Amino acid sequence: MTLRLGIDVGGTNTDAVILDENNSVLAKAKSPTTPDVMTGILNSLEKVLSESGIDPSEIKYAMLGTTHATNAIVERKNLAEIAIIRIGKPATLAIAPLTGWPEDLRENLGKHVYIVQGGHEYDGREIAPLDESELKRIANELKSKNIEAIAISSVFSPVNSEHEEKAAEIFQEALEDSVAITLSHEIGSIGLLERENAAILNAAVTKVMKNAVRGFEDALEEKGVHAKLYITQNDGTLMSADYAVKYPVLTIASGPTNSLRGAAFLSNEKNAIVVDVGGTTSDIGILVNGFPRESAVAVEIGGVRTNFRMPDLISIGLGGGSIVSVERDEVRVGPESVGYRIVEEALIFGGNTLTATDIAVAAGRYKLGDVSRVQHLDKSLITKAIARIDAMVEDAIDRIKTSPEPTPVILVGGGSILLSNKIKGASKVIRPQNFDVANAIGAAIAQVSGEVDRVYSLEQLGRERAIEDAKKKAIEEAIKAGADPNTVEIVNFEEIPLAYLPGNATRIRVKAAGYLKA
Amino acid sequence: MPYLITFNEEVVEIKTLDEQAIEDLALGATVLGTGGGGDPYIGKLMALSALKEGHEITLLNPREIPDDALVIPSAGMGAPTVIVEKIPRGTEVMNAFKVLSDYLGREVYATLPIEAGGLNSTIPLAVGARAGIPVVDADGMGRAFPELQMTTFHLYGVPATPMALADERDNVVLLRAADNYWAEWLARTITIKFGGTAWIALYAMTGKQLKEAAIPGTLTLAQKLGEAIRESKESKEDPIDAILEVSGGFRIFKGKIIDVSRRTTGGFARGEAVFEGLDEYKGHTLKIQFQNENLVAILDGRIVASVPDLITVLDLTTGKPITTESLRYGYRGVVIGIPCSEKWRTAKGLEVAGPRYFGYDIDYIPIEKRMEGGK
Repeated sequence: MTLRLGIDVGGTNTDAVILDENNSVLAKAKSPTTPDVMTGILNSLEKVLSESGIDPSEIKYAMLGTTHATNAIVERKNLAEIAIIRIGKPATLAIAPLTGWPEDLRENLGKHVYIVQGGHEYDGREIAPLDESELKRIANELKSKNIEAIAISSVFSPVNSEHEEKAAEIFQEALEDSVAITLSHEIGSIGLLERENAAILNAAVTKVMKNAVRGFEDALEEKGVHAKLYITQNDGTLMSADYAVKYPVLTIASGPTNSLRGAAFLSNEKNAIVVDVGGTTSDIGILVNGFPRESAVAVEIGGVRTNFRMPDLISIGLGGGSIVSVERDEVRVGPESVGYRIVEEALIFGGNTLTATDIAVAAGRYKLGDVSRVQHLDKSLITKAIARIDAMVEDAIDRIKTSPEPTPVILVGGGSILLSNKIKGASKVIRPQNFDVANAIGAAIAQVSGEVDRVYSLEQLGRERAIEDAKKKAIEEAIKAGADPNTVEIVNFEEIPLAYLPGNATRIRVKAAGYLKA
Repeated sequence: MPYLITFNEEVVEIKTLDEQAIEDLALGATVLGTGGGGDPYIGKLMALSALKEGHEITLLNPREIPDDALVIPSAGMGAPTVIVEKIPRGTEVMNAFKVLSDYLGREVYATLPIEAGGLNSTIPLAVGARAGIPVVDADGMGRAFPELQMTTFHLYGVPATPMALADERDNVVLLRAADNYWAEWLARTITIKFGGTAWIALYAMTGKQLKEAAIPGTLTLAQKLGEAIRESKESKEDPIDAILEVSGGFRIFKGKIIDVSRRTTGGFARGEAVFEGLDEYKGHTLKIQFQNENLVAILDGRIVASVPDLITVLDLTTGKPITTESLRYGYRGVVIGIPCSEKWRTAKGLEVAGPRYFGYDIDYIPIEKRMEGGK
């Protein structure tokens, strides 16, 4: 048997599942997320193995969705010693790297910053030749600085990545192999500062991810799981452990993405809205052709403006553990929550805190715990709290939609028992089996992908050939990442004409995805 | 009367801008951007960087400019997509100033924006700081517009050329055009050769011309708008009320977007957003038509605001302005109208930037007149 293990770290719980070859759930487990993240992962791994009694040696693939990178940035912990190289002189000097960053991060990461001559124009011409001797001089200078990672960005590298790649070569030659090198064009799109920011953040968390991957690999070995390890990224597809160590920033927001993908898989709906209700918050996202829609606006991470792809999500402070209170005549639900302590603190579990879950049980939406403990609750309080919960979700659903037409709504996450089967704006409400571990299932069933995002001059190439070229490159990338060539298909295609640019410049983004080669 | 021009009364003679003032000004400039004009973010960071390096940004009331002084507005021109990628070197406009002032045989006394809305509101701040000259608290639009000749300078007969266009490689083109429409056309061609953006110095004029042709107080207005949004957030008051008070504007509508349609024609992003009324506007529908900037607002089939008056969509809860690119279904906003400068309300002004120039066969009626007719 070939089994798959999926683990996903959430804000409240870390979930684990084991799937068989037909993607049926053989075992599932939940364990509280811990501040160090890894302990929670190991606990849920231990639990899912011991409770199911499955032979660990049958697990051939392990997929992990983790918050290590996000936490390191938000908490400014375990960041690598980095150097920042920008290629663009004489342009770009007016705004130095790290401008507009929070002071503490700038001090932490801004010790070795260089701007070097080079870079390209939008049409692929060079702004100036790359100053290779300057790069060699910098590489030499960095030798004695104990640099752990380097972020390299170059003007218009999404159009022409030559200068970034040449610079990487020079640093690789001069510095030790352990130095992680991040190239901006591999993670961000047009918008130099935001892409450079993403590259810098990425370089800064390479060390954290390296340690996380190693720690998880060791733990798997120790449990007798000899599996190939994959890390889920925020577009709903997998990266090899090696790739994740190189581009850890792509794991940010992979958790909500895993829930969306899991919901799509469990419900067989490819175009739907997904409401993932956790212990403290709910994420509302939208599936387009089975994948999360991407956010169109700049996203801030830890106070830093970036432009790499992120799922389009609305997060609201509503979860199973949300505390319900009455202020004057108004009933409030959340954002405070008892989190994973719900099993002790909620009324129905013998505790003393009125939570959203108690309200759902009192209103008869779900049978759970000791119902007699919520029977004393005031009827109008229940009605008001239920109305509040429904309004919060319906409002978020309406905001994430692209049209007024009713859309299928899939409810997942442990806290989704709060919600009604009748939701305004929904053509139908789906509660799939195993909804409570949809995120871990999303991790376990994830595909591998390849992506192309670049500006083509249609005047030179013609539209057909440009699109053909982009699609071919995306498919090649997916196969390179480990996809079975027979299952690879184009899952996303976008063509964005660039205003005010001559030569019919168009930005083409293509993503191809397929199942892992067995 | 709540026109921008009377706002000048409140303007101090001279002041320096600190970090907070620049943040506020950039935010307020997006209100004046009326949905377009590009994100002031890059210009803001350039100005903040200049401050960090120890330069000072001085804002000067136009009244303080000697009549015979040479004043040259500065701006970025070209595709916003390129500007956010190929960040400027920071010396481009200075090179342009040098060539232009050599040609004119005079020193530059001060600079100012040609447009107070969007990206170009903040560019002259960094230029002034690095060149060591003051920035005049005024501009040539009082808002954002898409073309070079759409300025009050043009209305008062100030020629856009001789103008200088510069890039980061020390290329400078000195341009002399037959008229301001040719200037727009030729400058755009050079911009393409430069790689999609050019940094320009144009509409060189005397202090006397400036006082007549510019719209005074618009940078302070942008700063106050940004300050109002920030402070109302801090004090948890309604940011929309604060914006209306500062701008002398009108609340046109409150609603949710139920449809957005777009098409790109001739390099312009044209389109229409339909709002369904909320609260006191329930049962009513508002349409906004835009071409980069918002052009007209139509309430239940009746036009309630049009160019050159300013139409801006503000986020219902934060009061932050929304650009036409980010309008989408489900978005909840308040639509406001702000009276434009009186300079645009002349026959010449309306010929250059009135509804007919943008293809609407309607007469311009000032927003305060339109709003008198009830909601």
